[in-house]
Parts: sequence; structure tokens; C-alpha cells
Amino acid sequence: MTVHPDFKDRGSLQSGQGSVVEANGLGLTFETNDGPVQALADVDLTISKGEFVSFIGPSGCGKTTFLRLIADLEKPTAGTITINGMTAEEARQKRAYGYVFQAAALYPWRTIERNVGLPLEIMGVPRAERKERIHRTLSLVNLSGFEKKFPWQLSGGMQQRASIARALAFDADLLLMDEPFGALDEIVRDHLNGQLLELWARTEKTICFVTHSIPEAVYLSTRIVVMSPRPGRVTDVIQSTLPAERPLDIRETPEFLAIAARVRDGLKAGHSYE
Amino acid sequence: MSASVAELHRPAARPSAPAQGKAGHTGPILIVLAIIVALWYAFAVYLNAPFQKSLYERDGQAWTYADLVRDTLYQERPVLPAPHQVAAEIWKTTVEVKPSSKRSLVYHGWVTLSSTLLGFAMGTALGILLAVFIVHNRAADRSVMPWVVASQTIPILAIAPMIIVVLNAVGLSGLLPKALISTYLSFFPVVVGMVKGFRSPEPLQLDLMRTYYASPSQVFWKLRWPSAVPFLFTSMKVAVAISLVGAIVGEMPTGAVAGLGARLLAGSYYGQTVQIWAALFAAAAIAAVLVMLIEFAQRIVLRHMGMTPP
Repeated sequence: MTVHPDFKDRGSLQSGQGSVVEANGLGLTFETNDGPVQALADVDLTISKGEFVSFIGPSGCGKTTFLRLIADLEKPTAGTITINGMTAEEARQKRAYGYVFQAAALYPWRTIERNVGLPLEIMGVPRAERKERIHRTLSLVNLSGFEKKFPWQLSGGMQQRASIARALAFDADLLLMDEPFGALDEIVRDHLNGQLLELWARTEKTICFVTHSIPEAVYLSTRIVVMSPRPGRVTDVIQSTLPAERPLDIRETPEFLAIAARVRDGLKAGHSYE
Repeated sequence: MSASVAELHRPAARPSAPAQGKAGHTGPILIVLAIIVALWYAFAVYLNAPFQKSLYERDGQAWTYADLVRDTLYQERPVLPAPHQVAAEIWKTTVEVKPSSKRSLVYHGWVTLSSTLLGFAMGTALGILLAVFIVHNRAADRSVMPWVVASQTIPILAIAPMIIVVLNAVGLSGLLPKALISTYLSFFPVVVGMVKGFRSPEPLQLDLMRTYYASPSQVFWKLRWPSAVPFLFTSMKVAVAISLVGAIVGEMPTGAVAGLGARLLAGSYYGQTVQIWAALFAAAAIAAVLVMLIEFAQRIVLRHMGMTPP
């Protein structure tokens, strides 16, 4: 696995450049027929520019809810959240983020290039520039040559990369990814993880990444947010000590395993059923 | 870095669909057709025999069963005409007379077809508009939909003469009143189908539009409308068939002078059963052609959209 040269400088970008996401006492309670359900409670978190933050925890811990709050797909019932100093709604109106969902959610009647061009069409980007950006982002995710294919003609991994290209096409600085590789097999997943790290190094984006795979979280992140359910809350925030350059076999090093063990302990602590 | 080999070699999620089918269909269809024709002949003999026997009796004529079978299949006004009689009548009234003649089935078929098509077009447009309204407006969803359903519980045979008479009184006659009856029948499947179609996008596909801060009209044209296209074709197939029924029903009550409905009515007045059956087959043929045309359009449109028809 080759790593882009820029990658080595990533560590220095993490601090002192202003916060991208800032949550204070953030909470969300859904009213259901069985009474209120607290999806997220009392989350304080600041994410700085250029960070790669993973959210990990069992289902129901509120990690997806937190992402949806950043994206203004849900409204908080407690606390505040700002994105680049704006409210979540203002940030959405300014198209401040790209969102990658669990499923590729490509529109089946659009070819890959027209799927990637969809946000550009909506944002009123002129045709010529649209074409150029589609070309650029598709080559960024190694899908050049598949422009005219329909989604069903591509494998699951390629569809997911197309959906990442779609989120990158309009060049938002913040990338929100909700278990994007959850449905893929491990070989494809390793491959895409490597590509994602490389892309992050190249584009200097801030990435919020939801997963429930410990190795994936440790491998990718500069910071790991461990969460637990009932109510969904943050139980531990782990700063990664791994070097910026991360070949795949870094996952066998003692340092990697130590971080993974801490994440596992954090998950266990939140999981007190006894 | 190149796309991984493992990914490229995975089979496509969907097989190329139109490969199978077609070839195996003609045989079974022909067998069923042969059975139907045989049954039809049997029934023609059975149903026309009593009248034929009474004829023999009146004339004091001796007869064999071979005579009976032959004669029952060539009556002038049979209870059930034999297939070849209907075929001969269709041939006579389509090929042997000029299409402009009032005795031509082509002429009557065209009259019915034109009001069918007008009514179908208006019904489809009305159905789509109502569906758009219902999907985008909560109050409309609750208030309009029950009326749409209720409208279809009124027996069209009862209301058709009144529509024709009332519209005649306000100076509307000819094509439009008949077309309105077709519209009345055909908008219903389109409303129901398109409401379902406009609501068919998945939550993730809608969330995606929200993350782009897309306007309602963008959500409609770039997501809801394309999602609903397969539903539109399915509803249109039902709608065009009942449009034809509506047009025929509209031609019957007021002593209309032209159209397949008028032909049916005239036939039953004068006991011309062969003429009735010929008109029925003409109507069936028109319906079949219309449905096939829509299916053909569906195939082309869906292929262009990268989808294969169900």
C-alpha cells in the first residue's frame, strides 16, 4: 500500500485551526408511543479542522444520531451544536458538509457520472465545471471509466465509492460518513479504508466517521469517541498515538493493539448489563 | 492504485433481464386459443340447436345430426354466432367497405378510439395533478383521497346517461361528453399509482436531498418523478383499458349514431348478434393494441433510465 507524501504532515494540522464542530450539552429525545426515548444525552465535543474522528459503540448508542444532528437531519432537544460557528441549519443551507450514508443510496435511473453530478446540478454549478468536477472526483475514488455505467452494473464496493465521490464533488470541508463500509466484505473494506486515508491526506478534509468495527476505528482515526447506549452518551475520547503514516500491517503493532484494547474496555464499561 | 480485482470480478447485482422469456410463450398461447375456439363451436351448436330444431319441425323436414351441426353454425341470427361467422362479419365491415362508410367497423372504431384517447389523456393528466397535490399537501391527503375512492363507487352505467344529457343541455355534445366519462374512470388508477410512486423514494434518498438543501421542486423533478415513472406506466395500462370501456358506455345511452357502443346497441335492437360480437372483438383488439403500445413505451423509457420493466 503506497501512501501519499502529504500524509506525513497531517499530525500538525490537528490543532489551533478553529473548531469545525462544537457540541455543548447536546441531547435528543424522541417522543414515541412507548414514552420518550433518549437517543443522545449531554454530549460535549469539539472537533477541529483536519481531524479524523471515529464514533464507535453498539447500536442504539446515538452515534448515527450525532452525525444526523451535525447534518441538521434531526433537531436537538437539548444543548447546542455549531458547525464552523454557524447553526446546523445555516451550515446545511451553506452546503458545509458531504454526507455518506450506510447504503450507497445512488439513484438507479442515473448513470454514475450523473449521480456524482446530482449535488452539483442542485447547487447550480454550470455544465462545463460540473463535467470537470465529476471527472476529478471519480478519478479520486478510482472509478474513472465507469462514468456511463448504471449503479446496478457496479459491485457494492464500487457503488459505495461512487457515493463517496458524490459527497466529495461539491468540495465541502466536512465529510460525515455513517458506517459507509459496514455492508462490505473485509478485503474490500481494508482496501477502501486505505483509499479513504489517502484521500483524507490529499484533501485536508475534516472527517466524522461512524463505525462499529474497533480495528477500523483505530486504523483510521486521529481521535476515537467511544459511546454507549441507554441513554446514548460519550464514555471515552481516545487520542490516537499512531503515526500519520499507516500501512495496513500497523494493525499488528503493540501500539495499535493497546489503543484497540482501550477502545474495547471503554465499550465493555458502557455495556454494563450485570 | 487501481480498482481491486476482487471488486471487479463480482457479478453484477442484476442479471440482464430480457434474455429469458419470449420463445416459450407462443406454444401455450396457441393451445389455449385452440381450446377456446373448440369450446366456442361446441356451445354454438348447443345453444343454437333448439331454434334450428323448431325450424325443422315447422317445415316438417327430416334431419340428421350432421345437418343440425352444419345449420346451427350458419344461422342468420344465432344465439351464439360461430367464430367463422364473426370473422366473416369483421372482414366484411373492415376490408370490404370504405372506412368512411357508416357500416364500417373502422369508422365506428375510430370514433370510439378518439374519445378513448382524449379521455385517457385528460384522465392521466388529472390523475397526476391530483397525486402531486395529495403528496405535497397534508390536508389534501386527508380530504381528497376519500373523495377519489368514493367517486369510483358510483356505478358508471347509471351516471353516464346523466352526464351526457346534462352536458348536452349546456351545449356540449359529440366527443367531449364521452371523453369525460373515460376521464372519470381512468383518473382513478393513475391517482392511486402515482401517489404510491411519488412516495416510493427511500428515506435515505430523501435525506440526501435534504443534505443538499434542495428545493421542493428539485426534490420533485430529480427524485419523486423519476421514482414514480414505473408506477405511471403500470397505472396507464389499467387506465387506457377502462377509458375504452368508458367511451363505449358513453356511446350507448343516448342513441349515439356512431362508435362501437352505438354499434352494440343497434345490434341488440335488431337481434344482430353477429354484429354485436364483431363490435366486441373490435373493442378487445383496440384495447389490446393500446395496452401493447403503452408497454412498448414503458420498455423504451425504462431502458433509457437504466431500469428493466418488471
